[in-house]
Amino acid sequence: MEFKEFLIKYAEIGTKGKNRFIFEDALMKQIRISLKKIDGKFEVNKENGRIYVEALSEYDYDEVIEALSHVFGIVGISPMIRISDNGFEDLKNTVIEYIREMYSDKNFTFKVNARRARKNYPMESMEINAAVGEALLNEFPEMKVDVHNPEVLITIEIRKNINIYSMTLPGPGGMPVGTAGKAMLMLSGGIDSPVAGYMISKRGVMLNATYFHAPPYTSERAKQKVIDLAKKVAVYSGPIELNVVNFTEVQLHIYDKCPHEELTIIMKRVMYQIAEKLARESGCLGLVTGESIAQVSSQTLQSLAVIDEVCGLPVYRPVIAFDKQDIVDIAEKIDTYEISIQPYEDCCTTFVAKHPVTKPNFNAIKRSEAKLDRIEELVEAALASVEKIIVE
Amino acid sequence: MEAYLDNAATTVVSENVKDIMIKVMSEDYGNPSSLHMKGIIAENYIKEAKEIIAKCLKVNEKEIIFTSGGTESNNTALIGCARANRRAGMHIVTSKVEHSSVSSVMAYLEKEGFEVTYVDVDKNGQVSPDKVKAALRPDTIIVSIMHINNEIGSVMPIADIGEAVHAFNKNIVFHVDAIQSFGKLKILPKKMNIDALSVSGHKFHGPKGSGFLYIREGVKMHPLIYGGGQQKGVRSGTENVPAIAGLGQAVRDAYENLTEKMDRLYDIKDKFIDNMLSLPEVYVNSSKGKEGAPHIISVSVPGVRSEVMLHSLEEQGVYVSSGSACSSHKQALSSTLAAIGLDKERIDSTVRFSMCDNTTEEEMNYAYETVKMLLPKVRILRRDKK
Repeated sequence: MEFKEFLIKYAEIGTKGKNRFIFEDALMKQIRISLKKIDGKFEVNKENGRIYVEALSEYDYDEVIEALSHVFGIVGISPMIRISDNGFEDLKNTVIEYIREMYSDKNFTFKVNARRARKNYPMESMEINAAVGEALLNEFPEMKVDVHNPEVLITIEIRKNINIYSMTLPGPGGMPVGTAGKAMLMLSGGIDSPVAGYMISKRGVMLNATYFHAPPYTSERAKQKVIDLAKKVAVYSGPIELNVVNFTEVQLHIYDKCPHEELTIIMKRVMYQIAEKLARESGCLGLVTGESIAQVSSQTLQSLAVIDEVCGLPVYRPVIAFDKQDIVDIAEKIDTYEISIQPYEDCCTTFVAKHPVTKPNFNAIKRSEAKLDRIEELVEAALASVEKIIVE
Repeated sequence: MEAYLDNAATTVVSENVKDIMIKVMSEDYGNPSSLHMKGIIAENYIKEAKEIIAKCLKVNEKEIIFTSGGTESNNTALIGCARANRRAGMHIVTSKVEHSSVSSVMAYLEKEGFEVTYVDVDKNGQVSPDKVKAALRPDTIIVSIMHINNEIGSVMPIADIGEAVHAFNKNIVFHVDAIQSFGKLKILPKKMNIDALSVSGHKFHGPKGSGFLYIREGVKMHPLIYGGGQQKGVRSGTENVPAIAGLGQAVRDAYENLTEKMDRLYDIKDKFIDNMLSLPEVYVNSSKGKEGAPHIISVSVPGVRSEVMLHSLEEQGVYVSSGSACSSHKQALSSTLAAIGLDKERIDSTVRFSMCDNTTEEEMNYAYETVKMLLPKVRILRRDKK
């Protein structure tokens, strides 16, 4: 069966009262962006609280479904046929032909669900249901009616035109990207941070990202890996501005002046400060990280408290209470896992101590940091040399 | 200054090779199996390349099969001979320091029911003929030993091993992985008792995707690739004529003044090794003189991870390989470096410098000066900081 149109279903946005049009427009914009990446010409329209995608040229059905299933805010995609109103006889025959083509095995239960948005249609919904149902039973004796739990729900929407559909494919849910502001994702090469970005983005948040590069201690390949990860997240979140910060001098300075077991904590505190500056410059309203309680030494509640203290923006940690396997499951779903497990070191693992502190003492950390006499100038220099890459 | 010292990984394609390949691709592009003139012209390139190679090895042209490179040559020789000779026995002998294109094939053959004996090496990374001899059994069908080890450049006594193997049983197929040695050391299969020899083109200025397998006439070997029956059915598929022509040219160029070119490299190598050994806490894992390859020098700087040294050198325009592929997540320690008895710290901190016939003494001096200059800086950051 060839479909020319798709009905886009969205749930949560429907509840947003007077702001509803903002959400709908954002969703339409995201749908257009996602369809731009695939072959074919499409039009995205809104009509009485409904969003439709219409194919204006040849296209690949699976590609469209795949693209739409990455657009946050969509809960369902219904491929449908649309006819103009040429009387009930024509409608009835169209439904019969639709079912004939759509289902090779007619051994299923069904229900017809007519909705009359245009009240001047000469028949009422109940009459349409009964008449179409009867016609289908006559044509296909294997079909059986079940009004409570039908296997196939045939929807007929009478609007300006008439829409017929019976299948709804799941969308990703969430909110359209761009409806909830922008945040700065701290992207390492690991498994967790891309998942964190994906999850935050699912709630409608646009993303910028920061990556700390430490050549020659980390390789160009580690940087390329982060760009590849950002690309995968961008499939959902839309374009990401990636800030690549050269962190080598800062790291060496910390290494030189501070106790080895505190390196990771102090390094992270500086990273958060840098990320916060970059976030504020670009209008981001918070930081997003892939931290998960107790996964590593710097992710104990004590460590997180000491790290958070330097940051004036809220830090969002969507996977904070996730087990590793749960994070891996999402990483596999969004196709970042394979990239994340490539064995290129990031700057955290390069400089890690054999026995890092797990319960850092706040005052001790402060005392160690006081020895960093060149930190301000080095941070300035790192900020001045940030490389910005737009990843789409 | 830039110094590309990763020639054991790959080399630049020479102008001569490039020229002949462009000519084949743009003018003489026929399919060598076609009956018309275009086909014959293409076929002539293959014939000529075979002639060049056969002459250098002093073997018959019929005994040369073109492949896609070293890995395919090793796979074809080992799997092909194992399958064809399995009725004579299921036992294979190899060393502990082979390249993965041999050792992975051995792991596969073990799954297929073959039994493989892995012979140890000494602290210089050499396989002794006696140890090979001791591993031989009545049901041994293949012995596979590399000529030059790719990680540290140890040279195996191939002629002695060949003699020992064939003295034990003439029917054992003696296979030599010559991927690092062809075009560096003289190889005479007939005199050295070699039955099968693997060569890769891009290690001596030929194109990637080119290589050949010498297989002595009379050795039983099944093909790995079936199809149109090209190359007498041993390796089907339309011949990669540009690559084969380029390979032939590269062989011709490599053998020109071979001894003089290598003597120069031995010289540079020995000076470089002396220089490196003059640095504090720097170790050289390769042998000086002809005990070692002319072009490979493996160096360990304990306390400095190979990748850090590699990228620091890269910043100064010096391109090398890390001695072993490792990361904090997966420790894939090098088998050769472990086999010669190095501890984990030495292995983790090993880089490989490798030359080609164009490498200059200035480049090697620059590499040495750069290491010397970097040492204090890269040593700041040691994992064992107090």
